[in-house]
Amino acid sequence: MSTAARTRRAEGSQATLDVAALRRDFPILSQTVHGHPLVYLDNAASAQKPRPVIEAEQRVYAEFYSNIHRGVHSLSMKATDAYEAARVKAQKFLGAGSVKETILTAGTTSAINLVAQTYGRRNVGPGDEVLITGLEHHSNIVPWQMLCEEKGATLRVAPLDDQGRVVMEEYERWLSPRTKVVAVAHVSNALGTINPVRRMVELAHAAGAVVLVDGAQAAPHLAVDVKALDADFYAVSAHKIYGPSGVGVLYGKQALLEAMPPWQGGGDMILSVTFAKTTYNELPYKFEAGTPNIAGVIGFGAALDYVTAIGLDRIARHEHGLLTYATERLLEVPGLRIVGTAPEKAAVVSFVLEGAHPHDIGTILDYEGVAVRTGHHCAQPVMERYGVPATARASMALYNTTDEIDVLVKGLHKVREVFGA
Amino acid sequence: MTDLRDLYQEVILDHSRRPRNFRELPPPSRQADGYNPLCGDRATVYVRLEGDKVSDVAFKGSGCSISTASASMMTESVKGKSRQEVERLFTRFHELVTAAPDKASENAAPELGKLAVFSGVCEFPVRVKCASLPWHTLKAALEGEAVPVSTEVSESSSGDGGGKAR
Repeated sequence: MSTAARTRRAEGSQATLDVAALRRDFPILSQTVHGHPLVYLDNAASAQKPRPVIEAEQRVYAEFYSNIHRGVHSLSMKATDAYEAARVKAQKFLGAGSVKETILTAGTTSAINLVAQTYGRRNVGPGDEVLITGLEHHSNIVPWQMLCEEKGATLRVAPLDDQGRVVMEEYERWLSPRTKVVAVAHVSNALGTINPVRRMVELAHAAGAVVLVDGAQAAPHLAVDVKALDADFYAVSAHKIYGPSGVGVLYGKQALLEAMPPWQGGGDMILSVTFAKTTYNELPYKFEAGTPNIAGVIGFGAALDYVTAIGLDRIARHEHGLLTYATERLLEVPGLRIVGTAPEKAAVVSFVLEGAHPHDIGTILDYEGVAVRTGHHCAQPVMERYGVPATARASMALYNTTDEIDVLVKGLHKVREVFGA
Repeated sequence: MTDLRDLYQEVILDHSRRPRNFRELPPPSRQADGYNPLCGDRATVYVRLEGDKVSDVAFKGSGCSISTASASMMTESVKGKSRQEVERLFTRFHELVTAAPDKASENAAPELGKLAVFSGVCEFPVRVKCASLPWHTLKAALEGEAVPVSTEVSESSSGDGGGKAR
């Protein structure tokens, strides 16, 4: 490549996103809600889908839908090829070593439960400990609580500081030879905090624990490399990365996955079955019992192509710009307090407004066409930590604009007007 | 288009800002806890009976404007009423907030009195639970339920998922 071409390419990758053009890829965004253009700021709950994803799913059903890994007929082979091609995309997206390390699941929750019920049940015993952090989503708390209860183990929680960061001294203090599993979110869904996962993994490994990283909120916003993080397990959901719901990936180190018993039994996860004995299938199929969400997985592949073509780095830069702008603008609203002010944050702003309950904020903003999440965000311990029953949360994605942040701020002034704040 | 003012009427805003009977009642009053896990609303309703009559009623808790105003206005409406009258008022109130929006005015039974301001709630299906939580909690207190009322735990026979503890 010539120097000029290299420069052009570097400039291209630096260039800001053509958000107006990207928005046209998302048909749902062009509608109005209560007479106002939709401003969708609930992306941490679930992101909208671009046309290539919608079309990919549609094409499966219109052209080659069939069950996978079974038939010798043409449709089944086509469906299997497309399904397995999506797996390869997921493998590359996360930086997994091979497709054997890339288990397709029904989502992050399902992936975490898989690890708790297989690795966890085999390796965690009475007196052992599982360490999580104070910012976990319920789906990275409850599966471990269930495991600890069953095994007579103890769940430990590394606390948060006032800004929403895990107190690393406390995290280190809880690590001991009793710690068998550490389960930690890469990015907090309620606060936006980006955890220092690389360092957390290193410390956990030094204590002899394996680490599961809940990457549901990280994967849409920053380039994930599971090998660089040295995570033992990494879980993501497709629906937050502009893909279909009901699909996710569990990355696991091959040696760990090989040693783990299967989770659910059924078709596709076996090599042979007799009433006396069943021989389990090889990785990754050992963990994939039953007919999966075939079209969903193929749609997920299209979503990964979509974000990869734009570039996670460019998306992250765009979203960081939105985060900075939103933080500044929101703080101009009298009586507004942001919950979660860690220096390293994804584009999530949780806030409370004096004199107005988040639920009321949500209703009034909806009347301005603005969709935000209100409530505890499936992270009740986080709400308790910061002494609020609930928050309102604006979470940004690649298609959001600073104009939309302005609409949000205008809506919040309307809230203040209604409540006479 | 529905107007936001249908929901956030002045009376409702007033009660949410300055809730009436916002206090605890000392024993031997009855009490019950209500919880809406979707939005974090919590209410404890205290009720004192003299014979069959509600001689005093109060509440504590934290919630959105609709649930706070509903609790506040509920306490004003049920004081001095018999259990049967309270039961009937709850039924009327429930009909009001779960009505088909075009039937809202027909459902404003005269006995509801000031509670008729909640007629706008029926246009906001996700807010019905906010308005009905205090009433479900009062009912549980009257029935001496020990289990906290949750809007999400048990299926309500009345169709709003308002979750009476049974």
